[in-house]
Amino acid sequence: MQVTLKIFRYNPEDDQKKHYDTFTLEAAPTDRVLDLLERVKGTEDGTLGFRRACAHGVCGSDAIRINGVNRLACKVLVQDLKSNKVVIEPILGLPIEKDLIVNMEPFFDHYRSVMPYFVNDDPPPKKERIQSPEERERFDDTTKCILCGACTTSCPSSWVNEEYVGPAAIVNAHRFIFDSRDQAAAERLEILNEQFGVYRCHTIFNCTDACPRDIQVTQAIGEVKKAIIKGSVD
Amino acid sequence: MQKHQYEVVVVGAGGAGLTAALYASKNASTAVISKLYPTRSHTGAAQGGIGAALGNTEEDHPEWHAFDTVKGSDYLGDQDAIDFMAAEAVDAVYELEHMGLPFSRNPDGTIAQRPFGGHTNNDTGKPVRRACYAADRTGHMILQTLFQQSIKNHVKFFDEFYVLDLLIVDGKTAGVIALELSTGEMHIFQAKAVIIATGGHGRVWETTSNAYSYTGDGVALTLRKGIPAEDMEFFQFHPTGIYRMGILITEGVRGEGGVLINGEGDRFMETYAPTVKDLASRDVISRAMYLEIKAGRGIDGKGYMNLDVTPEVVNHYADLDDRKNPDGSPYRVTASDILSKLPDIIDFCETYIGVNPIADPMPVQPTAHYAMGGIPTNKFGEVVVDEKNTILPGMYAAGEVACVSVHGANRLGTNALLDLVVFGKYSGLKASEYAASEPYIDLPPDPEAFAMKQLDDLRKGTGKESMVDIAAEMKSVMADHVGVFRVEEGMQKAVDKIQELKERFKNIQVDDPGLKFNMNLIEAWELSNLIDVAEVTAVSALARKESRGAHSRDDFTDRDDKNWLKHTLAWLDNGGVKLAYKPVTITHYKPKARSY
Repeated sequence: MQVTLKIFRYNPEDDQKKHYDTFTLEAAPTDRVLDLLERVKGTEDGTLGFRRACAHGVCGSDAIRINGVNRLACKVLVQDLKSNKVVIEPILGLPIEKDLIVNMEPFFDHYRSVMPYFVNDDPPPKKERIQSPEERERFDDTTKCILCGACTTSCPSSWVNEEYVGPAAIVNAHRFIFDSRDQAAAERLEILNEQFGVYRCHTIFNCTDACPRDIQVTQAIGEVKKAIIKGSVD
Repeated sequence: MQKHQYEVVVVGAGGAGLTAALYASKNASTAVISKLYPTRSHTGAAQGGIGAALGNTEEDHPEWHAFDTVKGSDYLGDQDAIDFMAAEAVDAVYELEHMGLPFSRNPDGTIAQRPFGGHTNNDTGKPVRRACYAADRTGHMILQTLFQQSIKNHVKFFDEFYVLDLLIVDGKTAGVIALELSTGEMHIFQAKAVIIATGGHGRVWETTSNAYSYTGDGVALTLRKGIPAEDMEFFQFHPTGIYRMGILITEGVRGEGGVLINGEGDRFMETYAPTVKDLASRDVISRAMYLEIKAGRGIDGKGYMNLDVTPEVVNHYADLDDRKNPDGSPYRVTASDILSKLPDIIDFCETYIGVNPIADPMPVQPTAHYAMGGIPTNKFGEVVVDEKNTILPGMYAAGEVACVSVHGANRLGTNALLDLVVFGKYSGLKASEYAASEPYIDLPPDPEAFAMKQLDDLRKGTGKESMVDIAAEMKSVMADHVGVFRVEEGMQKAVDKIQELKERFKNIQVDDPGLKFNMNLIEAWELSNLIDVAEVTAVSALARKESRGAHSRDDFTDRDDKNWLKHTLAWLDNGGVKLAYKPVTITHYKPKARSY
C-alpha cells in the first residue's frame, strides 16, 4: 500500500521557516511508523532529524505526534493508522531543536525535582530488604515509566504553564512514595503539594491515553493527591 | 572547541557505564559521556533476569553458577574471572536491591528467582532458580535504578555527546575527543582514566534484537588505536526473536515453562538436550532450530518455530517433566500467572504481530543478540593489549563491549546483566584508584586531528555509493555466512565482501552539511564502525578451524582443545586484519564434553 507522510521540518541553520515536507512511499501494513521515517531518511532525505534507539517501545527515544496524538514511532504500525495519510510532528511544549528532535532538558529538570530515587538511610541488611508481593504490587504500574515524555507533552496544563512538574515527574514520585522500603514519601508529597505540583492536574486524561506503557497516569496522580490530603500513604 | 578536565571519563551510560560512574565518582572527578540520554541505553531492553546464587527458593551455590558459566562458555571463558563474577554476584544483587531496585518477590518477601538456560543444580543436572527478576523488565529496572542513583549522587553527564577518538600519549591514557550532537562542536576531554562502556554490535547482522545504537563504537575506537579485539568470532544468536523482526522474547518464557514446538507439533529440544530440554544454552537451541528448519520441520515449512507458553501446554509438559514447585507440589500456571510474569512479552506480541501469547504460540527465529567478544580486559576491567596481557595504563572497558572473558564462546542468559554491574563496579574502582596516583598527561597540540580527518573523509566522498546499500549488503552477507552455522567458503565470501564494502564506503557522501543534530553524519560514522567490526569478526571466524560455542562450522564439527583452546586477538593492520592467540585461564574445571 502507499502511505503519504507529511513531516514537520525545521532547521535553525538554514533560513527556511517551519514547514512540512511530504513523502509518498510503499509500506506494508505491519511496518512501524519508525520504519517509514528510517526509509525517508535513508533514501529520500538524509537530513531528516529524529531520535530512536531500541525500536520496540522500551527506550523512550521516539515520542512524536502522529496524526495529532503522542505516540512512540516504533509502537504504531501502518495498519493501526486510520488513514494512509500520516502527519508527523514533534511533541509539544518543548523547544524544537531540529525537525522532530526537541530539547528534553526542561522535562528532565522536572523529573529531577521530585527526588526520583530510592531513599532509605538505615544501614542495609546483609541480604535483601524484605517486601511482600502485595507491597511490591502497590507501585508496580509506575515502575514501567521509560521517560519518553509522551504524557507530559500531551498535557494542556503543562502547555500553559511550563513550571508545572507534569505527569511524568509525578509518576516517578509515585513509584517511590508507595514503595514500602522508601523513607522520603513525606518530602516528595511536600514538593508535589506546592504551587506547581499535583493541583495543576485537571484530570483531562490525555496523559493516560498517551502513555505507551499503559501506565494509569491520571490514577497515579490521583493517588498522590489523596496521600497529600490524608497526610499518609496508607 | 571546548576543553574539559576530569580524572575519570566514562564513555557510555548503560548498566556498566552507570555502575562504573557511581563507583569512580566516590573518589575521583568523573564525567559520563553518552551518545544517548542514559535511559535510552540498551540495558533497558534486557528482560529475563540477573543471575546470582541467592538460593531463595532452593539450594544453590556460587560454585555451581561458576561451573555452569564455564560449561556454557564451552571452556573458552577464563576461570579466574568466572569464579570472581559468580562469587561477586550475590552481593551485587543485594546492592541493587539496596539501591531500591523493585525485584519481583517471593511470598516470603525475598527476591523472586526463575530458572534460565544452562543454569543447573550441579548434583542433579536439573534447572535451578537462579535468575533474579523484575517481571520481564529486569534490564529496565536496573537501568532506571542506576540512573536514579546517579542523580542522587550528582554524577556529571554529557548527554548526546559522541566520542570519536581515544587520546593515548606515550602509551598512556590521556582523554577522549567527543562531538556534541546538538551543536556539532568538538570537545576535548583530558582524563587520567577512561572507561569504555559502549555496549555491543548486533547491528552487523540482518535480524537482531539490538537497538539501532548498537554499532560497535567502543571496539572500533580501540581497533583504530592499535588495540586488538578478542574472540570476535563468538557472537550469540538468541533462539527466540520475533519472526522476521528479531525483537527479543526472553528465555524467561521457557523458564516459566514455555516450550519450543516444530512444524510437526513436536517438542524437538527433547532430542537435542534430553536433560534440560528447552533450557539448554542458547547456542545449542539456536542450532537445533536451524537443523529442524533445514529438515523441513519449520512451522508450515517456513523458517520459524513456535514458542508456546499457553497454560495448557505449559502444564502438559510440566507434568511430563515432573516439574515441581519449591514446596513439592506439581508445577501449574494460570493465564494470570503468565500475564503477571511476562507482561511486556505479551505487549510486544500483541503490538507487533497481533498474537496473544496466553492463547496462541509465538512465531520465533534466532536473532543476533550478544557479543561475547570485545575489548580485551582482565577481571578488574583493565584493558590488555597483547598475548602477554600487557596493561594499557588508564584504559578500562566493561560490559558487553569488553571481553574479560567470562562468557567465552557462549554466554548464559542472566550473565550479561551480572557482567555489567560486577565489572562496571571494579573498572570504576580501579580507574579512580589509578587516577589518585597518576598525573594528567599533557595533550599534543592538536589532539582532535585524527577525529577531524575521519570526519572530513565522510564529507568529501564522491557520493557514488549509498550508505543504505552498503549497510544492507553487510548485514546480508554476515547473516548468510557468519551466523549460526559457518563454513570455509561462505566465511571467505564474507571477508571478501566486507573488504569490498570497505573500499566502496570511501565513496559515500553525507547529505547533511549542518552542525546541529547531524544524524546523517553520525550514522555514517556508525556504519564505518560496523564495517570494521564485521571485518575482524569474519576474519577471526574464518581462521578458527573448530566448532565451539556460538562458532559452529559444518567443515570442522568438533571442538578441538588440542589446537584451539585459546583466545583470538585481532588487530586492524595495513588495510587488513592481523591475528594472534593467547591462552585460556583454566583453574579447576578441566575441559570435558558438553551436553545438556
